[in-house]
Amino acid sequence: MDDFLIRALLAGIGVAVVAGPLGCFIVWRRMAYFGDTMAHSALLGAALAVLLDINVTAGVFMIAMMGAGALILLQRRQPLSTDALLGILSHSMLALGIVIVAGMTWLRIDIMAFLFGDILAVTGVDLIVIWAGAVAVLIGLVLVWRPLLAGTVNMELAAAEGLHPERARIVFMLLLAAVIAIAMKVVGILLITSLLIIPAATARRFASGPEMMAVLAAVIGVMAVIGGLMGSFTWDTPSGPSIVVCAAVLFTLSLLGGARRRGALRGTG
Amino acid sequence: MDEARQDIVAATPARPGVSGDVLLSARGLGVRGPSGWLIEGVDIHVCKGEIVTLIGPNGSGKSTTVRALLGLIQADAGVIERAPKLSIGYVPQKLSIDWTLPLSVRRFMNLSARHPKDAIDAALEEVGIIEHAGADVQGLSGGEFQRLLLARAMVGAPDLLVLDEPVQGVDPSGQIALYELIASLRRRHGCAILMISHDLHIVMAETDTVVCLNGHVCCSGTPQSVSESPEYRMLFGPRAAEALAVYHHHHDHKHLPDGRVVATDGSDAHAACTHPDHDHG
Repeated sequence: MDDFLIRALLAGIGVAVVAGPLGCFIVWRRMAYFGDTMAHSALLGAALAVLLDINVTAGVFMIAMMGAGALILLQRRQPLSTDALLGILSHSMLALGIVIVAGMTWLRIDIMAFLFGDILAVTGVDLIVIWAGAVAVLIGLVLVWRPLLAGTVNMELAAAEGLHPERARIVFMLLLAAVIAIAMKVVGILLITSLLIIPAATARRFASGPEMMAVLAAVIGVMAVIGGLMGSFTWDTPSGPSIVVCAAVLFTLSLLGGARRRGALRGTG
Repeated sequence: MDEARQDIVAATPARPGVSGDVLLSARGLGVRGPSGWLIEGVDIHVCKGEIVTLIGPNGSGKSTTVRALLGLIQADAGVIERAPKLSIGYVPQKLSIDWTLPLSVRRFMNLSARHPKDAIDAALEEVGIIEHAGADVQGLSGGEFQRLLLARAMVGAPDLLVLDEPVQGVDPSGQIALYELIASLRRRHGCAILMISHDLHIVMAETDTVVCLNGHVCCSGTPQSVSESPEYRMLFGPRAAEALAVYHHHHDHKHLPDGRVVATDGSDAHAACTHPDHDHG
């Protein structure tokens, strides 16, 4: 197997391992569009990072956090509904990113690589960043797991019983921004949300508890990365979208499998 | 039942009075809304082992008062004092669990803290849903879910249970059974209970103090004295006062969760029903 393919696999697996569990919370908290908005802001972050000559991953992380912060502030002060605010923020951030990238005519930035990922160009340094980031995010998630889960069920219940769910929610957004920053190279900003949501939704039908669903989502994400990259290599299809297509196929299969399983349970019960 | 809990029962008098160690109190509590004060000048306190019930019409600030007391919303006026290391079990007003979150009854019991299996089983047994321990919470009926919420709130043996309309979504006969369960929790575990009741006519006889709210405290005291006070009659009308009195009694039987009806044993504080005219459903 070629070196670049091994690096691509390792990068994809690193992202999938952490995107699955984090994605479970996105599904449980109905934050899919929120995740999308943060991801779309990533292009703006990357463009500003290039412009200011700082690390692109750090730039994406900071702008994604600022996007989340802006949304929270607007939610408090604006009578507009959250989905309208998300639509405004999501697309204006993306458009602003594209405009800035296109405006920097003196720099040649491959905008397609940002939008759809460039997993086959992952370097050794990228791998270290991805895996260090993934491990840090997983540790963070384990640390806030109980207050975050309790707050997902009911914010007031968690707060009344002294769990500080608001703090857990802010930590969760930091973790989400970090995952977006490290996942950008693998699937691209337009498809990051799918890597968060599809494995989690697939895992739901086979999970009997929240912890099990998080682990299964990570496993399913890894399967999608391996299957997608193999497909991409075999049929010469774009790698990021191939991973997402593979995840979608697994999800569709889970619908069939889940239906059969439930039918069997009904039959014996 | 584990030993720790028996200790708490032993340390608390069977029927504690209203005087005693104050767990949670507020003086001059005020919360401002977008168009004026939601509540203003509310004085309230909950003592160890006491049941305090907040009643009032819709929009009278019952939930606002409780949320401010718990620190869930910012109070704009007044002083809130809480006993050091006060542990609270909370049953919120609205709680729905999305299908996407796989959560068994047993896992739900461990939501805010991890408890030993024996304690969880004892709590589920006490509220009568032990047979659903392995089921998904989404499959429970309204009454079973309210019982689960109660069991979860009390499993850690908190000093104070806060119940925001604990009988909502439960049919009338189930509501009385739930109120009796709440009263029995206090008798057995000695925890204080702060409760919001929307249903004026089933404020239970076990309540030590009724606080009648309408933006401010209209009147407060024992259920009997509140129902007789002119402020209460002004707010709810004389019929409500009669309804309150009707339910001021003990039942001579109880309804088990599975629908069976059994007589309560004679060791309880009541002898016979003093209101023969009511309907036991």
